[in-house]
Amino acid sequence: MHEQQAQHAKTQELLFELRVADVMRPQVICVRPDQTMTELRNLLREHRISGTPVLDGDEVVGMITIADLIAFLVSGESEARIADKMTRNPQMLFSDQLLVHVIRQFDETRFGRFPVIDPQTHKLVGILTKGLIIEGMLRAMERELKEEEIRQYRASHIFEDLVAEYKEIYLTYELIGRDFDRAGKASTQMKRNLKRLGIRPDIVHRLAVASYEAEMNAVIYADSGVMEFRIAPEEIFMRVRDRGPGIEDVARAMEPGYSSAPDWVREMGFGAGMGIPNIRKCADKMHIQSTPGIGTTVSVRIFTGREGEGA
Amino acid sequence: MTLREISDRLGLTVHSGCDRLDTEVTRGYMSDMLSDVMGNAPIGSLWITMQKHKNIVAVAVMKSLAGIVLVKGRAPDEDTVAAAEEEGVAILSSAQGAFATAARLHELGVAGD
Repeated sequence: MHEQQAQHAKTQELLFELRVADVMRPQVICVRPDQTMTELRNLLREHRISGTPVLDGDEVVGMITIADLIAFLVSGESEARIADKMTRNPQMLFSDQLLVHVIRQFDETRFGRFPVIDPQTHKLVGILTKGLIIEGMLRAMERELKEEEIRQYRASHIFEDLVAEYKEIYLTYELIGRDFDRAGKASTQMKRNLKRLGIRPDIVHRLAVASYEAEMNAVIYADSGVMEFRIAPEEIFMRVRDRGPGIEDVARAMEPGYSSAPDWVREMGFGAGMGIPNIRKCADKMHIQSTPGIGTTVSVRIFTGREGEGA
Repeated sequence: MTLREISDRLGLTVHSGCDRLDTEVTRGYMSDMLSDVMGNAPIGSLWITMQKHKNIVAVAVMKSLAGIVLVKGRAPDEDTVAAAEEEGVAILSSAQGAFATAARLHELGVAGD
């Protein structure tokens, strides 16, 4: 579910990342103003295009489209020069413009295609249509998807791919006390990492809850802390060490509903005395070591097993 | 029932995650205690709360919640919306209180414990 969200954010980012040059069709076909409409008809048919820029030497002087051709055919004239039927002084795009800005131009004008020129030389370098934008976006999305697939594949095979007698991955996060702006960030990133590593969803979920509660405890009560994760093929070990006030009575802190949180913390919805019970519920093994005035260390072990993988 | 249908039926305001409105909602959970949600909200449920600070986003992500409904017309803090957009979390708000909101969700078939 979360991959989809990330993917959607990606597609929105694409509009801000892709430039006209990335999706335009490099121009190869153009016509001169002195050519005839009959020549245009043959050219459009031959190349299966519905419009093209009109070039006088190096300069774009107009756009001529299939709509102009139809109007000409309906009028019953026997022949005409392109110069007399084209749209003069067309709006043009620069090849280095971001797609997000260009899309507006399509919306605000009734034009279906724009000539693209080089921002320095002002020479024609391509043509852009809505269709080309969509094609370009789809190509880029596919690239992104493949890259994420490869990332996930690599991550989930890391234990198989590396050869050693003992294999473990260590990930560490620094925690800053009372920084509610960053609070939860380490756990959020860790959840993403675990999914990439191909850890079973139920285990990811248990670790997410345990790590969030441990992280919040450190953020609420301590000045700073360190969150460490050790991921091995059979188990995930988490240790959160904080430099905080410590817990006077660890046994009581394990009881649901016991909390020493100040009022302002409770107002935010923390400090309900459920943090440590939640951690215990999610852990296969939990250990709390605390020294008043020095700090607290919460250690959690979750056995990942090897059975039921990919569930 | 999707978040979009719920939003339409209850006349909710969407604050973030417009692209998440096709999420199916079958269960709900109501609490202002973040640890209670972490410990007890069913995965994928819709969370009704008064809390509007940034940390609700992390809770929604960690519990893979379908979305968050703020009650009594409370709007999320600015940085809450920013975080929600970044993480892809839908935040909606109801002009009604928590009890009425939950009751209407229940009428629509959203189950709770």
